[in-house]
Amino acid sequence: MSDQIPTTTSAAETMTGAAGADAAVEVRGLNKQFQTASGIVHALEGIDLTVEAGEFVSLIGPSGCGKSTLMRLIADLDVPTSGELTVFGKTATQARLDQDYGIAFQQAGLLPWRTVAANVALPLELHGVASAARRTRVADLLEMVGLTEFADRFPDQLSGGMQQRVAIARSLAEQPRLLLMDEPFGALDEMTREKMQTDLVRIAADTGAAVVFVTHSIPEAVFLSDRVVVMSPRPGRISDIIPMRLDAAEGREERDDDLREASSFFEMVTEVREALHGGASDGENPAPRAARGVDTR
Amino acid sequence: MTTNTTANAIIGAGTGATRSKDWSPRTESILRVVAPVTLGIIVLAIWQFLVTVGGVSDYLLPSPTSIMAELVAYWPAVVSATVLTGTNSLLGLLVGSLLGIILAAVAARWRIADQMSAPIIAALAVVPIVALAPVLNSMFGADSQFGRQAIAAIASFVPIFINTLRGFRQTRPVHRDLMKAYAASSGQMLRSLTLPTARPFILTGIRIASSLAVISALVAEYFGGPRGGLGSLIATSAASSAYSRAWAYVGASIALGLLFYLATLALERLVLRRVPTGGSR
Ligand SMILES: Nc1ncnc2c1ncn2[C@@H]1O[C@H](COP(=O)(O)OP(=O)(O)OP(=O)(O)O)[C@@H](O)[C@H]1O
Ligand SMILES: [Mg+2]
Repeated sequence: MSDQIPTTTSAAETMTGAAGADAAVEVRGLNKQFQTASGIVHALEGIDLTVEAGEFVSLIGPSGCGKSTLMRLIADLDVPTSGELTVFGKTATQARLDQDYGIAFQQAGLLPWRTVAANVALPLELHGVASAARRTRVADLLEMVGLTEFADRFPDQLSGGMQQRVAIARSLAEQPRLLLMDEPFGALDEMTREKMQTDLVRIAADTGAAVVFVTHSIPEAVFLSDRVVVMSPRPGRISDIIPMRLDAAEGREERDDDLREASSFFEMVTEVREALHGGASDGENPAPRAARGVDTR
Repeated sequence: MTTNTTANAIIGAGTGATRSKDWSPRTESILRVVAPVTLGIIVLAIWQFLVTVGGVSDYLLPSPTSIMAELVAYWPAVVSATVLTGTNSLLGLLVGSLLGIILAAVAARWRIADQMSAPIIAALAVVPIVALAPVLNSMFGADSQFGRQAIAAIASFVPIFINTLRGFRQTRPVHRDLMKAYAASSGQMLRSLTLPTARPFILTGIRIASSLAVISALVAEYFGGPRGGLGSLIATSAASSAYSRAWAYVGASIALGLLFYLATLALERLVLRRVPTGGSR
């Protein structure tokens, strides 16, 4: 409930104004520590990252390396201990108040007393969208995630994967310029997962949204991203940022299921995998193995 | 505070009761009505038998038939007394519910309000509210119903406040994050998240309070004030040795208490059946 409006917006704006016109997310020397009973936890240390407008960036790394924490800082759900963080050239708080991002959490986080349709409508309702417009938008979104016939069900009547799809639809409701997604496809079966991945790539390309996407799946990160950010734990650091050079994918709309079988895809999977394992390559012919076996979810 | 544990126990019994393996749900729901009614009839029959054949003095324990006869003979008085006491209880319950919910919202929002009110609530939960009846009766005059209504209100306020406050604290972090991410105002937060989360707790509080409201409104009548309610009629009938009539009024009191309880139980079931409260992630 902290709706405090920051007083230093202008300073932040002038600063990033020089650095290039409004990157979606600009992070400089970001640290986050948590005080716990057993001492200080260094969740993030010295994070530098720029996500350009319209860019798709995946965060990948072992459990506990601070992926969710970084996402929460960008969303202004938590405050950094030190460092600079701007979203579209504003402070994170201002960007949140301006509703510049949509978010899907690691848990679906649906309101159990609202129907599926009412859950998707929640952000539209809170921001005063007229009910007719709301209804058509919700219908479109549910159509997209394939849950039209479940519109009037309550979340507890849905499987975990279906709930997650509702949460994804909800995060897209206001066509945000920035999408923050924390392992949104973790609970989905492989078929739905691939469909949702293809849909997400299309939506991001259509709306020109920047996406910060947390995942544990290397192929998923490779398929979706312009760049993959590899993180390491204790303290949470960025150990590598790997641009995806996929032949088939000059424009992101080119990414379809053929890409999943392209050789460049397997090469990128291997590269991310090696970065994740600290650069150590194990065994000959790693590419096909990587494609099948490294998906750690 | 025992109210809390009671609330929980009742929630548990209401929603999570495990079904016996042998009976179909339909048989079971029929049995749930038939069994207590049968037991009641058997008890009444033994009672009647003891009094008429067993030779228990009519003075000590009037027979069910004589109580029925009094009930019929004094029917208009019974009805008006029930309406009077029922009105006092209902007013008390409504005012107590409103106050309980509003003050719980204040206590949930501002920690300082919670800290200031905690000892008062603890005291109210421990002190039998009807003990205030003589004081309130003399404060508001001999011909006012206000003292009784106030007592019913205070008595029902306590469990509703405690349960509602607990309910307000059940919001989940992911839901609070969500509302914050949407930059929801505190009013929107209350309407869209806090109140719906607390709804089952509020309803349980109201159900517990409903019985308390009837009991305290009725017992308050024992301590003077205007005549005409069930409590004062039970007292005067017993004082003039009209025991069957006193029992007839007792019967009406039980019916009134049951009516309040069942009405609030039905409200709770109705709301919670239509609107799920949990199970999603
Ligand atoms: N509120 C908190 N209080 C204390 N420590 C926290 C808090 N939130 C996160 N941490 C710690 O910060 C570190 C990073 O947590 P975070 O949730 O960001 O990891 P993650 O990379 O998202 O992991 P996963 O892949 O399992 O979701 C962990 O060591 C965690 O224990
Ligand atoms: Mg996480």
